[in-house]
Amino acid sequence: MSTTNVAPQGTGGGQLGRKRIVNDMSIQVATVNGSGSQSSNTVLLRAIFQMGVPVSGKNLFPSNIAGLPTWYTIRANKDGYIGRKKEIDFLVAMNPETAQDDVMSLAPGASVLYDEPLALDRLRNDLVFYSVPYDKLVAAVCPEAKLRKLVKNMVYVGVVAQLLEIEMGEIEKAIRKQFAKKAKAANLNLAAAQAGFDYAKASLQKRGAFYIERMDKTAGKIIIDGNSAAALGCMFAGCTVVTWYPITPSSSLVETMIEYMKEYRIGPDGKATFAIVQAEDELAAIGMVIGAGWAGARSMTATAGPGISLMSEFAGLAYYAEVPGVIWDIQRVGPSTGLPTRTSQGDILSTAFLSHGDTKHIMLIPCSVSECFSMAQDAFNLAEQFQTLVFVMSDLDLGMNNWMSDPFEYPTTPIKRGKVLSKADLDRLGGFARYKDLDGDGVGYRTLPGTDHPAAAYFTRGSGHNDKSSYSERPDDYENNMERLNRKFETARSFVPRPEIQKGINAGSSNAKIGIIAYGTSHWGVTESRDQLRSEYGIETDYLRLRAYPFTREVHDFVEQHDRVYVVEQNRDAQMLSLLKLDLKPELTTRLRAIAHLDGLPLDARSVTDELSTMEGK
Amino acid sequence: MATTPTSEPRSSEPKTNRIGLTVIDYKGGKTTLCAGCGHNAISERIIEAMYEMGVSPERVVKLSGIGCSSKSPAYFMNRSHSFNAVHGRMPSVASGAMLANRNLLALGVSGDGDTASIGIGQFVHLMRRNLPLIYIIEDNGVYGLTKGQFSATADLGSKLKTGVINDLPPIDTCGLAIELGATFVGRSFSGDKKQLSALLKAAIAHHGTVMLDVVSPCVTFNDHEGSTKSYKYVKDHDEILQEISFVPHFEEIDVEYDPGTTVNVTMHDGSHLQLRKLEEDYDPTDRIGAISRLAEAHEKGEVLTGLFYVNPKVPTFLDMLNMVDEPLATLPESLVRPSREALEAAMEELR
Ligand SMILES: Cc1ncc(C[n+]2csc(CCOP(=O)(O)OP(=O)(O)O)c2C)c(N)n1
Ligand code: SF4
Ligand SMILES: [Mg+2]
Repeated sequence: MSTTNVAPQGTGGGQLGRKRIVNDMSIQVATVNGSGSQSSNTVLLRAIFQMGVPVSGKNLFPSNIAGLPTWYTIRANKDGYIGRKKEIDFLVAMNPETAQDDVMSLAPGASVLYDEPLALDRLRNDLVFYSVPYDKLVAAVCPEAKLRKLVKNMVYVGVVAQLLEIEMGEIEKAIRKQFAKKAKAANLNLAAAQAGFDYAKASLQKRGAFYIERMDKTAGKIIIDGNSAAALGCMFAGCTVVTWYPITPSSSLVETMIEYMKEYRIGPDGKATFAIVQAEDELAAIGMVIGAGWAGARSMTATAGPGISLMSEFAGLAYYAEVPGVIWDIQRVGPSTGLPTRTSQGDILSTAFLSHGDTKHIMLIPCSVSECFSMAQDAFNLAEQFQTLVFVMSDLDLGMNNWMSDPFEYPTTPIKRGKVLSKADLDRLGGFARYKDLDGDGVGYRTLPGTDHPAAAYFTRGSGHNDKSSYSERPDDYENNMERLNRKFETARSFVPRPEIQKGINAGSSNAKIGIIAYGTSHWGVTESRDQLRSEYGIETDYLRLRAYPFTREVHDFVEQHDRVYVVEQNRDAQMLSLLKLDLKPELTTRLRAIAHLDGLPLDARSVTDELSTMEGK
Repeated sequence: MATTPTSEPRSSEPKTNRIGLTVIDYKGGKTTLCAGCGHNAISERIIEAMYEMGVSPERVVKLSGIGCSSKSPAYFMNRSHSFNAVHGRMPSVASGAMLANRNLLALGVSGDGDTASIGIGQFVHLMRRNLPLIYIIEDNGVYGLTKGQFSATADLGSKLKTGVINDLPPIDTCGLAIELGATFVGRSFSGDKKQLSALLKAAIAHHGTVMLDVVSPCVTFNDHEGSTKSYKYVKDHDEILQEISFVPHFEEIDVEYDPGTTVNVTMHDGSHLQLRKLEEDYDPTDRIGAISRLAEAHEKGEVLTGLFYVNPKVPTFLDMLNMVDEPLATLPESLVRPSREALEAAMEELR
């Protein structure tokens, strides 16, 4: 069988050999989970990154431990687009189960690397095919039969490197980093990659159009996933109590935090400045957060949608009793089983009003790993400033995938502990009224249990209390308290992170007619889509990226300044759009249009461009 | 007995305890529970025990779930912070508070409904952790606050006022607690002043989870003929394991005891618990024996009271977390925010 196989005629293949597409492609590796391909994919990603090319990696994985299909997509893009790209340019087909579908769904001109016995080249004649006799190559470098399955994956790394012209020196560096503590494994993997590289050089004829060339867009940058960034952020935010109950995609946030805290938050005496507790469920996790927050710790938990639902009752108590705490919601697709390992922005509406009674919560919405880091600090500061729960709405795409970023900046502001009265304050004041609005911002003063003053104590309960925290069922006490809680929420509007606004390039000083509102990871697809809309359809847009709820003044102004505002989000029912409708002047709400994306895959630019241009009648 | 106040009262001055407080300093708001409710008597005993032990009220946190019983922390110790949480989930709130400030003395008050039904999940996990906390179940066999439905501690065959008979076996919270790892477990009766006081004082001295199931009759919904949690039934069937005396660490032991008839337990803080055996071979440090004696009591229909199990030497959950000595809640920024160099090192690993 020929190892390189390009269709002799047709639109795609024949011409491709002459075209050169540099630093703009997505590489998809199709495997089964549990096969150890993660290290190989990370090595590929890092090698491209080390060559200075902007890159991102997305893992599409099943809710399963081993044996089900997994796709890892690496996107390299010279312009810095690091959202998901819909089309796959280079397929590494390692999974016999999905190989046929994977190949059939490619656009003409794409390249396919496959295991020789799969004979995928018979399927289409408009693609570039390369076959690799993996078993033969692996047997030569790996005498130990039981390791071959793992090492096999490193062979494709070498082949891909040779075909795309990724430098072997960078592959070696990435392998050494990946297996930093295991020299033997590093050598074995390096030999496998080299075998792939040598084989490709000797036996494959490059026909595809895709190349990686060295550039300088990643110098000084880091690669990290959002959950690790959040873990670091929480550690530098001075978090002291962490509780959790494992759930994908949030578990790695706390697991990484355990590692970081062990490294950086244990004193010379071996004593920890934190407590991390695996609770029996999410009810207990949030109960502990609230107990700890009430007693003065900076406390947090991390969960996903099902956990958020379980926390609902406690969230209401914390809102009414005014207890600080930080909750990370790494959003995923709805109830299990099925798609819990796919991404979504589907918890927005239910979290904004989580619980019974009149409740509403502050939400922060990071779009990037650096915001996962910085918003961790915002979240703790706001929680203590406003004595309430703060939800940080990340998602699976952000939390579990690898993102390139500038290094994080050391916090510039001190930790803000909010209105807490000390013994000395009480000595001076004589006493205090826990829920009295002395400053007009709706926020009362609290004391921490253990404060050594006879007037320090107060009684904490849910709905029935007056401003001295005495038990009360009086209608006026209840109403006054609820109005004050509302004032507090209104005050929060001017303290939460402001939206980021980008004007259309060609709009000059005036506004474009069309606005886009998006948030979280939808940002990446939207940013790229705006360029597509401009260059392909001549549609100029202004863009507002929400970073928090409650909405700030700028959000209202933005809608007011545009004829039509497209709200792009990753859920079915336009949840953020609904929240906006509640907040905006009624006459403005008709300007909002929904662009929904709900297939569980990270939002891609093309989908937004297609839909928006159609809605604009183009 | 041994826990009389130390300072001699002068005629004009009110009596004070060893930290100079009067019993008034341990009082709470006026109770709104029914007159005669067992829960009120337990509040009284708590006030006494805290006063006599000379516990600073500012160091105490009171935590509760939902129910008549869970409302009771409002009726004692106003100078202590208190948190009336959600139904059945006080253990997690208490755990969080103790993580934040390990120097607190946590007192959890729950009901049989709050613990054995909706709260059984958090209850069992609390017991497993041996978190330092005094957990009191004010056990009346019914849901008082929702007007008298059976709870899961109601005995088989006991009868509601409406005539409904309970046809499910009860959950023995003491048996569960011992099995799961609580290190101080007993049962008492709201009407037994002496036993309950001694147990509470020993509980304050204990280092680890204390679980006290206190039978506390509900005069409004479960004090009638046919109830097994009525004043009359408990008085008639109370089977007392031992006579309990408690000598706090700040007092001299003035009574000689006979090792043949009395078990002496030295508590973590140096206090002494003297248990005069009423049952020849009952050993409160033997877990298996305790569990089997409880099972036997069920068979016999006894309301067995006393200290079932104690082990003052087990490390608590807080010990195992290896935290700094100061409360996490108030650590300064310099201790909880790593240095600029630490961030730089973390960034370097990611390049
Ligand atoms: C989630 C929830 N479900 C139900 C209730 C209603 N409820 C209030 S108190 C109570 C039972 C309390 O029984 P117990 O703990 O035995 O306390 P008691 O009143 O008998 O002292 C119930 C079911 C509630 N408050 N919350
Ligand atoms: S209803 Fe029962 S439990 Fe509730 S206060 Fe009255 S007597 Fe006590
Ligand atoms: Mg009850």
